[in-house]
Amino acid sequence: MSVRDDLAERVGVDLEAVDPLRVALYATLVGLVAFYLSPLESGLMTALKTEAEFATSPPFVPPTVEGFTLEPFGVALDTLSSAILNSIMLAVPATVLSALFGSFAAYGLTNFEWRGQLGVVALFIAGIFIPYQAVLIPLSRLWAIVDTQSLLAPVLDITVFSAQVPVLGTVELATHPHYASIINLIITHTAYGIPITTLLFRGYYKKLSTEMLEAARLDGAGAFTVYRRIVLPLSMPMFAVTLIYQFTQVWNDLLFALIIIPSGSGPAAVATIALNELTGGIIQTFNTQMAGAFVAALPTLLVYVLFGDKFAKGVAGNT
Amino acid sequence: MSSHILKRLLDRLRDDGQPVRTDGGTAAAGSETAGDAPDLGSALSSLRESDAVRSAPFWLPPFLLMGFFVYGAISWNIVISFTDFGGLTLPTYDPSTFDLEMYRRAFSDGQFWIATRNTFVLLISFTGLSLAGGLGLAILVDRGIRFENWFRTIYLLPFSLSFVVTAVFWRWMYNFDSGLINASLRSIGLDFVASKWLTGSIDTGALGAIPLVPDTFYFKLFAVIFALLWQFSGYAMVVYLAGLRAIPNDQYEAARVDGASILRMYRRVILPQLRASTVSAAVVLMVFALKAFDFLYVLFGSNPGPTADILSTMMYRQAFSANQWAYGSAIAVILFLVALTVVAPYLYGEYRRGEL
Repeated sequence: MSVRDDLAERVGVDLEAVDPLRVALYATLVGLVAFYLSPLESGLMTALKTEAEFATSPPFVPPTVEGFTLEPFGVALDTLSSAILNSIMLAVPATVLSALFGSFAAYGLTNFEWRGQLGVVALFIAGIFIPYQAVLIPLSRLWAIVDTQSLLAPVLDITVFSAQVPVLGTVELATHPHYASIINLIITHTAYGIPITTLLFRGYYKKLSTEMLEAARLDGAGAFTVYRRIVLPLSMPMFAVTLIYQFTQVWNDLLFALIIIPSGSGPAAVATIALNELTGGIIQTFNTQMAGAFVAALPTLLVYVLFGDKFAKGVAGNT
Repeated sequence: MSSHILKRLLDRLRDDGQPVRTDGGTAAAGSETAGDAPDLGSALSSLRESDAVRSAPFWLPPFLLMGFFVYGAISWNIVISFTDFGGLTLPTYDPSTFDLEMYRRAFSDGQFWIATRNTFVLLISFTGLSLAGGLGLAILVDRGIRFENWFRTIYLLPFSLSFVVTAVFWRWMYNFDSGLINASLRSIGLDFVASKWLTGSIDTGALGAIPLVPDTFYFKLFAVIFALLWQFSGYAMVVYLAGLRAIPNDQYEAARVDGASILRMYRRVILPQLRASTVSAAVVLMVFALKAFDFLYVLFGSNPGPTADILSTMMYRQAFSANQWAYGSAIAVILFLVALTVVAPYLYGEYRRGEL
């Protein structure tokens, strides 16, 4: 019995018969697809039109040959590329760090048994639900007091931070003191990401075989060895879920960036801030705005299209 | 099951002879050594082997980092709300000057009550509509359809986008002259329905006589709610779908054998079992509603005006635009308490059911 037959059986529908209810079901589903995709579709069509074209043609209609242009994407890429680079420099380390911390914490709070453990777990989980407004002013105070750049000066000169990029050669990723604020943002996002990553990993570690871990312990393996040899290798699927989910969360954040990156703009702006500035300007050409939205959303859209099932798992675990 | 019993047994053996600990932390362990332990050496070694201590290197560093930023910052924020911190001066933390002035100010501030009302309207209608929409989607997707993955992926897609991106798209959707909504309405001859969705209003006419119905109905907040519904109903769908899939097949079977109609089956058999999904999705959606700041900020800046101002935009405006730091902190504390009244019962319920 195939999965589909099984499902059909379960909901009491014979898939082979042409059933008006069935037709209505698919019509509804397709109508909903139109609803969910229409903002993206009309945005994409608008982004491919010249100014004269998008003002006169309906927003969902593809551009005509003479009304077609890639210029909005050119403008958007020019304006947003450095911000996107900043967002990558922010989101990758923040995501990896909070996933690692979450995995550590979940292991320490799941595969051991001690009194008071649940109290600590509750504190971790409650952290997921904090409205960030409740920490904004302390955050802005904290990062006004802590001078990351001076603190890091002995080990790392973040004002000239370069990297070897294939094809492009040496790229100076950072040539501005504002880059210290990206490090502040990485630390902040790592800390606020820990509760959700801990929850995701904990849900997974609860299902690990206790026999296996106990056997390893009886063989004399310490807590670190058990983690490194058994738990960590088994966590890889969960790391994928957590990294994908958390990456989109960090990438999509505006609020922390507004608070932590000085004056909100400048060379340290991340993608969400740069997009807001691009679209909030006085000259509001909608085709450029839409192109900007696609450019800024591209990394998360790619992640979603490529790893949608893992993203959905992260979402379902976030309950 | 047997593995669990084995683990319990091993724990019992390991803990044998140790006094009952009231707390797993190092404090309790300290009292153990200072207490009546006859042999300090063995007490120390059993302490070293206790799970609380062995697990600490893993959970303590993330706990300290998270605790500092979450609970430390919240405490700091509460302290600031007791001060008069404002303008460009630095805050002074002198306990003798602490007072509740900022809270008094909030409660006598008309703007605060407007923002509170809007916050609750947003919270309740957004959460309710998203749950209903998500449940509808989940039921449709669960009907044994072809291309299920495709449909699911598309419905969840907006959830992967940032508030900034969706706000940019919806500003265009709502555009009066050439946005998709008005363009579609006009193309089917409904020109008179086309409106300025983000700034317009409609007179409620005779309906205005009904209590709680305002004379003028502003679209702004509901335009925001609709866009957020578009973004988050897919999330509710994913949660409900997980709930639906957890219901054993034989219950569908039993309902069918009983001759129950599809509608009846869902109402009597399926929906009651989705309570847990509803609660957890509702909590997360409410938290998202409280975080809707990004969306409003992109559409309207830090002052969305009285018809769409919510506590989180008001807090940001008071603190970061008007430099009324202490006042902003007080609003933030109130917002935090609102979140707490939603989340605390939920977490307690999870704890009671042993699902924490």
